[in-house]
Amino acid sequence: MSGKRISLTLKVWRQESAKDAGKMATYEVKDINDEMSFLEMLDVLNEQLVTKGERPITFDHDCREGICGACGFVINGHAHSKEKEITVCQLHMRKFQDGETLVLEPWRAKAFPVLQDLMVDRSAFDRIQAAGGYTSVHTGSAVDANSILIPKVDADAAFDAATCIGCGACVASCKNASAMLFVGAKVSQFALLPQGQVERERRVKAMVERMDAEGFGNCTNEYECEAACPKGISVTNIARMNREFLKAAVTDQG
Amino acid sequence: MSKILDSKVPDGPLADKWDLHKAGLKLVAPNNRRKYNILVVGTGLAGASAAASLAEMNYNVTALCISDSPRRAHSIAAQGGINAAKNYPNDNDSVFRLFYDTIKGGDFRAREANVYRLAQVSSSIIDQCVAQGVPFAREYGGVLANRTFGGAQVSRTFYARGQTGQQLLLGAYSAMMRQVARGKVDLRARREMMDLVVVDGIARGVIARNLVTGELERYAADAVLLCTGGYGNVFYLSTNAMACNVTAAYRAHKRGAFMANPCFTQIHPTCIPVSGDYQSKLTLMSESLRNDGRVWVPKKVGDKRPAKDIPENERDYYLERKYPSFGNMVPRDVASRNAKMACDEGRGVGSSGLAVYLDFEDAIKRDGQPAIEARYGNLFHMYEKITGENPYKAPMRIYPAVHYTMGGLWVDYNLESTVPGLFVLGEANFSDHGANRLGASALMQGLADGYFVVPYTIPAHLVGRSYRKVSTADDEFRQAETQVKERIDRLLAVGGSRTVDSFHRELGLIMWDNCGMARNRKGLEEALEKIPALRKAFWADVKVLGAGANINTELEKAGRVADFLEFGELMCRDALVREESCGGHFREESQTEEGEAKRDDEKYCYVAAWEHAGDGKAPVMHKEDLVFENVKLTQRSYK
Repeated sequence: MSGKRISLTLKVWRQESAKDAGKMATYEVKDINDEMSFLEMLDVLNEQLVTKGERPITFDHDCREGICGACGFVINGHAHSKEKEITVCQLHMRKFQDGETLVLEPWRAKAFPVLQDLMVDRSAFDRIQAAGGYTSVHTGSAVDANSILIPKVDADAAFDAATCIGCGACVASCKNASAMLFVGAKVSQFALLPQGQVERERRVKAMVERMDAEGFGNCTNEYECEAACPKGISVTNIARMNREFLKAAVTDQG
Repeated sequence: MSKILDSKVPDGPLADKWDLHKAGLKLVAPNNRRKYNILVVGTGLAGASAAASLAEMNYNVTALCISDSPRRAHSIAAQGGINAAKNYPNDNDSVFRLFYDTIKGGDFRAREANVYRLAQVSSSIIDQCVAQGVPFAREYGGVLANRTFGGAQVSRTFYARGQTGQQLLLGAYSAMMRQVARGKVDLRARREMMDLVVVDGIARGVIARNLVTGELERYAADAVLLCTGGYGNVFYLSTNAMACNVTAAYRAHKRGAFMANPCFTQIHPTCIPVSGDYQSKLTLMSESLRNDGRVWVPKKVGDKRPAKDIPENERDYYLERKYPSFGNMVPRDVASRNAKMACDEGRGVGSSGLAVYLDFEDAIKRDGQPAIEARYGNLFHMYEKITGENPYKAPMRIYPAVHYTMGGLWVDYNLESTVPGLFVLGEANFSDHGANRLGASALMQGLADGYFVVPYTIPAHLVGRSYRKVSTADDEFRQAETQVKERIDRLLAVGGSRTVDSFHRELGLIMWDNCGMARNRKGLEEALEKIPALRKAFWADVKVLGAGANINTELEKAGRVADFLEFGELMCRDALVREESCGGHFREESQTEEGEAKRDDEKYCYVAAWEHAGDGKAPVMHKEDLVFENVKLTQRSYK
């Protein structure tokens, strides 16, 4: 436990509302205990701003342990910071040097309009999920759980895809603002499991169509999404989604 | 009194109660269900599973979600697993055993019939989740894997690595999103319930605030389901997510719903400790670590030497010393209380002095680092990420933290509160965990309530009562909205000098010191003086900037803290009246000679259900006596 004190310069995107143009504003934060988390550092700054009568910086956050996917913004050009496999709430101040300047910006994507400051609207992800990210099984109609045998490797691979937290870092890190890692992960989870087979083709088509309609860009194989993903979800899920989509298009009866 | 608190538990043998009850419940025909509007407030495990199930049946559902997406609900953070009496491992598990372990784990302060039903439907939950594509852990043969959890001698816990809550929530969320696509669920994200609307004594809707535009919105329905989680954040620091709050439940309480056993809170012994004044929340570490880790503090008060410099004979392995047979594996409440005592004595470690060591040195010497890595690698990694320290080299520092609240709104066997038409599901109700919840039971209860209980019981209200048609233009809605608006305006008008968080932190400290792991009359009485004073200071000196008509996160927090400032008082009152120790509620006056929790079944074998009597008036306590026909009440011992 070091408890070192550091001071930083923050350049933060400030935007009153979706309609406002927005601009960068500069803040000095002094004597920050480096055991704090990054969001706690922002809490401190916000309390200082409120005390001075200035509007605090708005950002989404909730669980503060890297699982809910609510938080996320860009620090010095990196979604959730340059650290690997973490969300911004898991970032700690000990990763920074005294005197550093940090630039904080919201996720930038046409499909993620800014609501205020670092808070964006990611409801496009919910609409993609609603398009097909499920199995159509009514409550009460399930068979006994062990009547569906699933090879451990398939279950593990499905789990790896299912760990997506829907934070949007994949979109934010992609120069095309593509959502293919997000969609690919969900498509893969079901494609790998027997429960997902019945609706396999319908699902991938509906989800990809919804993704395109929401204004997300295309994938040009830069792999930035995988690098930024706090859960380390692999781009092989995008390849699987593309195969699934092609297959569905070829076998389309309708 | 008993007339008010009719639990509606049917007569008959325990194992047949739910079936008998269901057989007597009314039905709504499929073609008639579309005539009913159901409002679901909260879309975590309980809310999403209820919304999905009711919409599948063809009811019209409107669901309010406080986050930007239902997938953020704090159900997502549950790590360990979900219990079910499947008996897949063939280790002689049964519905009765799961029932017994749960009711005993709750220190005999829950209703037998509710707990038995929970155990009965547990198997169907696993079936449902698997059908949804929840990727549970599996054996090489393709069958589901199980592990063992505290308070049980069988392996009945199903899990998805350390992310069981996430996977179950995503299952319920996707089931609900399917109904959104069908047009049967109208999902409203970033909405916070501000008040309950009661018409002719029946819950008929809510006033909600649109957290993006700041507008107040009126929602009318034939029934309201509160699925709004627990109130652990009354302590400021807890393992709960930042948005977890008591407002929806407390507003319903003020509109007539009784609050049951509010003092029953669970404090989890193994969390990463507070590092500074600005700590915003606490993170849980699985208690499985205590299998190999040894808990200790220095013998000497104020010994600030690094752990490695403190020789063996100057260390106090206090759990091993006080509980030779259970050692470091004593139950959660005992481990938590003893850690607090060590720190209160001034023997806590770390810069704050509020931590104890969990040391793996002996285990690493005995089994080798690779073996420890295989067992706990991900937890060690998580610890290192947060603290920046390597627990293979230096002992972990841990401290107890508020984790779950067993208390909540009183509900009958149908999960209906004392306000007709208001149903309460999941952690928000009080029903199944008594005074202490067993691990892997919270997920089970949330999904049981949403998938398999409320869809059966809601017709009892919908067609079992007569109530008039309402519209959001009615006086009751208009008045409720006006009151909400006045309260918001009051918060914005104070224009004081202190931040909302500063009040919340102060309340949290009062609650933690006086109504936390150990409680006594003096401390509780002190809290009952301090909290009203703090509340007064809040309304006189809080500083909330901006206006109501926009995103205003400070205003959101202010409303929640204002409710915590009233609710905290109710908790202390409840803790003061219950002069016994049970589960997570430890009254220092009621302990055995060895300093262990001592229940008083003669006097306190009841549910305390509090009725709001009006602002500034003392709430009225009603008792629901707990009757145990199928289990023998025993005193727990860990020596």
